[in-house]
Amino acid sequence: MSEQTNIWPLWEVFVRSSRGLSHVHAGSLHAPDAAMALRNARDLYTRRNEGVSIWVVPSDAISSSDPDSKGAYFESPQGKDYRHATYYTKSEGVKHL
Amino acid sequence: MAAASLQSVPQPQPGRDTEVLSEADAAGQAYFDRIIAEDSRIEPRDWMPVAYRKTLVRQVSQHAHSEIIGMQPEANWITRAPSLKRKAILMAKVQDEAGHGLYLYSAAETLGTSRDTMTQQLLEGKAKYSSIFNYPARTWADMGAIGWLVDGAAIANQVPLCRASFGPYGRAMVRICKEESFHQRQGFEILLELSHGTPAQRQMAQDAVDRFYAPALMMFGPPDEDSPNSKQSMAWNIKRFSNDELRQRFVGMIAEQVKVLGLTLPDPDLRYDEETGTWIHMDLNWDEFKAVIAGNGPCNAQRMARRREAHENGAWVREAAKAYAEKQAAKHVTIGAA
Amino acid sequence: MSHETHATHGAPSAPAHPDHSLDSFGDAAASATRVTPGNALRPEDIALAKDVPSEEIAQYALRLGDDSLILAQRLSHWISRAPELEEDVALGNIALDVLGHARSFLSYAGHAWGKTEDDLAYWREEEEFRSAWLFEQPNGDFAVTIARQLVVSAYQYLLYARLLGSTDATLAAIAAKALKEVDYHRDHAIQWTLRLGDGTEESHRRMQDALELVWPYVGELFQDDALIDAVGAAGVRPSGLREEFDAGIAPVLEEATLTLPAVPAASGGGRRGEHTEHLGYILAEMQVLARKHPGATW
Repeated sequence: MSEQTNIWPLWEVFVRSSRGLSHVHAGSLHAPDAAMALRNARDLYTRRNEGVSIWVVPSDAISSSDPDSKGAYFESPQGKDYRHATYYTKSEGVKHL
Repeated sequence: MAAASLQSVPQPQPGRDTEVLSEADAAGQAYFDRIIAEDSRIEPRDWMPVAYRKTLVRQVSQHAHSEIIGMQPEANWITRAPSLKRKAILMAKVQDEAGHGLYLYSAAETLGTSRDTMTQQLLEGKAKYSSIFNYPARTWADMGAIGWLVDGAAIANQVPLCRASFGPYGRAMVRICKEESFHQRQGFEILLELSHGTPAQRQMAQDAVDRFYAPALMMFGPPDEDSPNSKQSMAWNIKRFSNDELRQRFVGMIAEQVKVLGLTLPDPDLRYDEETGTWIHMDLNWDEFKAVIAGNGPCNAQRMARRREAHENGAWVREAAKAYAEKQAAKHVTIGAA
Repeated sequence: MSHETHATHGAPSAPAHPDHSLDSFGDAAASATRVTPGNALRPEDIALAKDVPSEEIAQYALRLGDDSLILAQRLSHWISRAPELEEDVALGNIALDVLGHARSFLSYAGHAWGKTEDDLAYWREEEEFRSAWLFEQPNGDFAVTIARQLVVSAYQYLLYARLLGSTDATLAAIAAKALKEVDYHRDHAIQWTLRLGDGTEESHRRMQDALELVWPYVGELFQDDALIDAVGAAGVRPSGLREEFDAGIAPVLEEATLTLPAVPAASGGGRRGEHTEHLGYILAEMQVLARKHPGATW
């Protein structure tokens, strides 16, 4: 099989479902440029009122953490209970705390 | 493309599965096995066995092709829909199918195969799609039968796929299942309206159910004993239920629903066997199934010709948009440099 | 931040785990698949309303409805045939929008004669349709469809923007819903006109040819007649839109490196029920099934 390159680049689509919320990754699509990517995203990912705002980002502009080092990357926050309110049990039951 | 981009997935090349794995691949395999054992999700940039990737690309792209080819039998009736409300509903449904094809192509692309490659495979006849779409939609009632039976079978198949071990596939399926919830209902309502209509309408509805019943049951694939790949798919948590389990569930649902329609299923053998707790249905013609998949169905040539024509007629448009984008980008560079 | 204040002081008894209490705020509900039907005016609402238009206003609504119905019929043919899958979805959205406008206008018009949208769509003869010629022109290649869309959406945008001020409340309400949708259609058409006009040599040639094909039918859109006089302030005088239309189109064509066609105008006649040869085929296809089963419901 011959590997074809897409004639239109790939874009990642992020949708804000309502005011006050973050944009969330919805999926991807192909478009010749950013202007058309936004429009295609509107047509494709918000046909049922899913969004009030859309971001599109060229897929190859996104850098991601290396999956092979996932242990090293995300080990540090593990076991640091003192970052969480639940760690502090002696104040349990004190109002408004 | 940037090395760490989301979609240009670094392809692990452990060679054939029979070869001894390198140290990195062995660690990858161990990690993969643990994720699967925990019933967690594999994400695109994770290490995955070559066969897992291959299976998924094949399954997800076939699924996408089915959505795209599946637009045709229904699009065929948009311009003739017998009421404006039905026209709007059908248009929205066929449009959804284009959307679903796109969600699925996106999911497959995260595995490192471009959409253009998958499209090429479809157009060259190297890729398969669901055999059901090679049957003609002869009457308006077929819009009902396709919605009720074909989408019904698809949904029965797809709901468990929302939990598929490959993250992007599962997420695409969640979106698709949410949207498809109206597809089956609108089909059911078309049939309900027809079965309570004039004698001619009622006849049309029964005829459509008669034609689509067996092909819809075959949508779940061959019986478990003839489906060697299912086992591996289930071990990988891609597939959650076997072909026969899903078919059973579906038959049980439609056997009840058909009573509400006031129609009958064309299956003299159909009954629930209390002893085994299973539905007994007629023998399905798997030779026909294989023949249709192999290209000998009533509409294979027509469907492919239409897809090819749309693709070829669109080539100059896609080129134009690309050329325009390049010109604009070049202009921006010039302005930026000035 | 307000939600913190709420979390610490809002509840009568503070929750044991304050960080969980925040889960209903901020992004906890963030989703890319939350769906709602929205609450805009639907064709069904028009059909259910009891407002009966005068004969003149009904005739006027019929024109607007027929324009959109025939266009929807044409556009819907693209679904499954578009140049790219994303465009199948885009054209599908536009076709659905204009079909919605058609249904609203026809439902309203029908109230004057005790007829439904379907009575009017499926049981009128060709000479009873009041659509302008442009709407029935064939899709051609993608460029022809875009050229037709460029004209239609620019015209409808101006029309509906003025119709907001109609003395007829129903027409104004339909226009308000339609205007926002047509605004997007206009943008879609302009984006593609730019890309085809200033894309490749082939696309430029096709787009210029498409404009030449479509332009003879532009004039009819802006013709006044006795009905326009009769509806008065309930309607919009087409001739009054022409100048703004031309002013809006010119810069788009210029940026797209296209030239305004210098072609003779076709006579037109759709508003009188005199159509081009295309409409008969459109209606034959659209009406065939409904007419095979008189009195049936679907």
